Amino acid sequence: MKVVYTDSLVIGGGLAGLRVAIASKNRGLDTLVLSLIPAKRSHSAAAQGGMQGSLANSVKSKGDNEDVHFADTVKGSDWGCDQTVARMFAHCAPKAIRELAGWGVPWSRVRKGDREVVVNAERVTITEADEDHGLITSRDFGGTKKWRTCFTADGTGHTMLYAMDNKAISMGIPVHERKEAIALIHEGGRCYGAIVRDLITGDLIAYVANATTIATGGYGRLYSISTNAVISDGMGAAIALETGAAALGNMEAVQFHPTAIVPAGILTTEGCRGDGGLLLDVDEYRFMPDYEPEKKELASRDVVSRRMTEHIRKGKGVPSPYGPHLWLDIRLLGKAHIEKNLREVQEICEYFLGIDPVKDLIPVRPTQHYSMGGVKTNPTGESPTLKGLFSVGEAACWDMHGFNRLGGNSVAETVVAGMIVGEYVADHCLAHDVDIDIATVRHFLEREKGKIDELLARPDGEKPHELKAAMQQILMDKVGIFRSGEPLAEAVEELSTLLERSRNMGCRAKARSANPELEQAMRVPRMIKLALCVAKGARDRTESRGAHAREDYPDRNDRDWLSRTLATWANEDDLEPTLEYEPLDIMTMEMPPGSRGYGNAQAIEHPDTAKRNEEIDKIKASMPDADRHEIQKALMPFDLPEKYRGTNERTQIGTA
Amino acid sequence: MSEAKMNVSTTAGSGQTTGRTLKINILRFNPQEPDSKPEMVTYKVPEAPNMTIFIALNYIRENLEPSLQFDFVCRAGICGSCGMVINGRPDLACRTLTSKFFLGEITLMPLPAFELIGDLSVNTGKFMRAVSERVGSWIHDEEEKQKDLDALEERMDPDTADEIYELDRCIECGCCISACGTMRMREQFLGARGFMSVARFHADPRDKRSDEDWYEVLGDDDGVFGCMSLMGCEDTCPKDLPHQTKIAYLRRRMVDT
Ligand SMILES: Cc1cc2nc3c(=O)[nH]c(=O)nc-3n(C[C@H](O)[C@H](O)[C@H](O)COP(=O)(O)OP(=O)(O)OC[C@H]3O[C@@H](n4cnc5c(N)ncnc54)[C@H](O)[C@@H]3O)c2cc1C
Ligand code: SF4
Ligand code: SF4
Ligand code: FES
Repeated sequence: MKVVYTDSLVIGGGLAGLRVAIASKNRGLDTLVLSLIPAKRSHSAAAQGGMQGSLANSVKSKGDNEDVHFADTVKGSDWGCDQTVARMFAHCAPKAIRELAGWGVPWSRVRKGDREVVVNAERVTITEADEDHGLITSRDFGGTKKWRTCFTADGTGHTMLYAMDNKAISMGIPVHERKEAIALIHEGGRCYGAIVRDLITGDLIAYVANATTIATGGYGRLYSISTNAVISDGMGAAIALETGAAALGNMEAVQFHPTAIVPAGILTTEGCRGDGGLLLDVDEYRFMPDYEPEKKELASRDVVSRRMTEHIRKGKGVPSPYGPHLWLDIRLLGKAHIEKNLREVQEICEYFLGIDPVKDLIPVRPTQHYSMGGVKTNPTGESPTLKGLFSVGEAACWDMHGFNRLGGNSVAETVVAGMIVGEYVADHCLAHDVDIDIATVRHFLEREKGKIDELLARPDGEKPHELKAAMQQILMDKVGIFRSGEPLAEAVEELSTLLERSRNMGCRAKARSANPELEQAMRVPRMIKLALCVAKGARDRTESRGAHAREDYPDRNDRDWLSRTLATWANEDDLEPTLEYEPLDIMTMEMPPGSRGYGNAQAIEHPDTAKRNEEIDKIKASMPDADRHEIQKALMPFDLPEKYRGTNERTQIGTA
Repeated sequence: MSEAKMNVSTTAGSGQTTGRTLKINILRFNPQEPDSKPEMVTYKVPEAPNMTIFIALNYIRENLEPSLQFDFVCRAGICGSCGMVINGRPDLACRTLTSKFFLGEITLMPLPAFELIGDLSVNTGKFMRAVSERVGSWIHDEEEKQKDLDALEERMDPDTADEIYELDRCIECGCCISACGTMRMREQFLGARGFMSVARFHADPRDKRSDEDWYEVLGDDDGVFGCMSLMGCEDTCPKDLPHQTKIAYLRRRMVDT
């Protein structure tokens, strides 16, 4: 039996995982990263648009601060998030941007003087102050009050990931590439590492660790059309689920991005609309202002995606062999702007559609994009039910996004959660010993080996790719942008049947070493389990919140559903997850439920909302001389690692 | 479900074809398996509209040869995973449309100059990490100016930021390495990816290394003096990095050092 020992094992080499690894290493711990692929190829590299953080340098972001960012994030989440976590996040986002500036990210900068921008389809001139020249600039994104999204031209995620991985390389952090974690080692409510398969040699290796962090990204590939990388199949969340101890949170919360190209499903960034691009229908008519008079194309993603779908249903889509779509028009931004700030979009149009967005319209449609759900953690990033297991980034339900995440808040989450949770991971390692029996390790390794033997011994079994395609189609058709009871019930049933069939799966390709079919066969049943968490969660949640839109229950229902869904897989033989609900307590919220200011949904009020609002008014009235920091502290105190508690400085206003 | 009630996105994969059958030749070899020998195998694939080599290879894996190895991650020309030699030229397979090949015959081979994992999959990751370590592809600054994360960030000229980004766009696909004649003759040659990385940190005012420091990395025949300036790198780079200008610039700086 091959065994590797380390203090801090990080599964995933994207932005989130690397940042945790850097924190562990900084605290003197032996640290090791596992990744399916070279770290720099992780899906974090695909983020074009940018990262939110309230630096407030540019003229259009003056007045921004942690409070405004927090409020936008909570509204975006449709009050489904953990407000403490949203606070921790908003407070540290500026720090993370500055840290990355020190590590080499060439953030785009404020240029003093006049600049032409497109706002609401009109060219306007804005003037940047001399004293802000050279500070980090930001652009507009959906669902935000201020221009808060910091960026590097059109390659934000790429430059962030390269800087992060380079930092990790400079610290000598090993990344074991082409390794897949296939099971967690756990006993007595504690996690001790993972069983890992070498994707080149096929060897199984036990990585025994004091803390294990899942940073494996999202589960977009449960859907047949997704903007996500082909490796975003949720395996990290799945192996956590399979422990039977760790829970997954809000798996039904799945975001659809308004503008992926048709048919390839490749994303064109929200920056297109942030910078002034428009959505047009079959008559080349701009329809969004009719639905969303205030925010128009820049309402939150869940809302824009639904409006587009509604408009297509009215027969206003552009017909194509791949079904109806709408147009994204960025022609008005001009050649110079597109070639500098949206070049990646231009390349995608050129290579995948054979068009030039400087003069052509781009065919787009809402497409699966982001997984709000994931491994449920505490604000410290640790699973409340499986000690020593941490999770960060898109794989986690740390829960700052609730039922809808804002554009630019996701790469922001990866690096912010990475820096915060990284400290808690280190604390855990320094406070605990690894006390696992080697026989337990062997048990897990043998169990996984047994599963592989079975798959290889059954060349005539069910074909993994067929089951996967069937699963993807079910989610796409029945658990999509708009949902309702009957199709959701069918989806759960059909997925359970698929899960049963997957127990009779086999491989035609026989190699024990690198074998893509075997890899898939090992993943498919786990993907179906996750799909069941999504479908059942959606079936049982009889309300609409954020990205979860029920046509039979169109209102947000705070009275009955202000809660987080927790899914566990109680017994290995089960054909469905077990669901429980964790209430969100209004009486401890800084911002009790209210209206988002976009989208047309009504809300069924919770009796505590009025009570808490009254209480908040009273607290505020009782401290007339307090500044915003003191008021915030009185309303909802939150904790952070010592080193990140400081107040953020801003240009012109200092730490006000 | 009625048409109108359907979710919009169900209609992908129209199952259409262009009527053309592609002939795809692939150099197959799995060094992990003792009885595997390199051989060219031909697969017939019905072409679909807008088909990329990514889609074609997945078709082969699902329908004809489940053991076929290749690497895709983003399938959008962003991550650099899918470099391979396509009809003699290193390129990104995911953003290459099959319609580009008028004769309908496409020959695929793994990128040379990298360790072969199997079939079309090569170990670029190991190579690129070694380049990073050799170049020191991170900000070198004893003072660590941005240590206080609460304070305003250091200013940078907006043009300088843009210039660094232009050089930071490399996706480590390895095409330039495979297209380089010198690389094949000199195992220790730094290669175009390495030169671009040096150029990137050289342009960055946050990095305090001097030309003397850079000379240590670059100043011999395995560095910039080994380059024959045939520009295989610039011709194949999918991100259009300015190899020619930057290699010439680095050479001048090193001559003066
Ligand atoms: C096209 C696109 C554009 C986006 N644009 C933006 C944007 O502009 N702004 C924004 O805020 N967000 C954006 N997002 C979202 C954001 O990029 C992601 O949510 C974020 O980068 C996820 O980072 P991560 O570190 O959690 O995971 P990833 O970067 O996905 O990394 C996952 C890592 O886990 C590894 N891994 C996975 N499974 C295993 C396993 N079983 N064993 C070992 N290793 C494993 C992988 O190899 C990889 O290294 C975008 C997303 C997409 C799809
Ligand atoms: S110009 Fe230099 S680095 Fe580029 S391919 Fe030719 S020899 Fe290689
Ligand atoms: S320089 Fe160009 S060809 Fe070379 S690795 Fe980078 S992106 Fe690829
Ligand atoms: S798969 Fe990412 S560049 Fe081709």
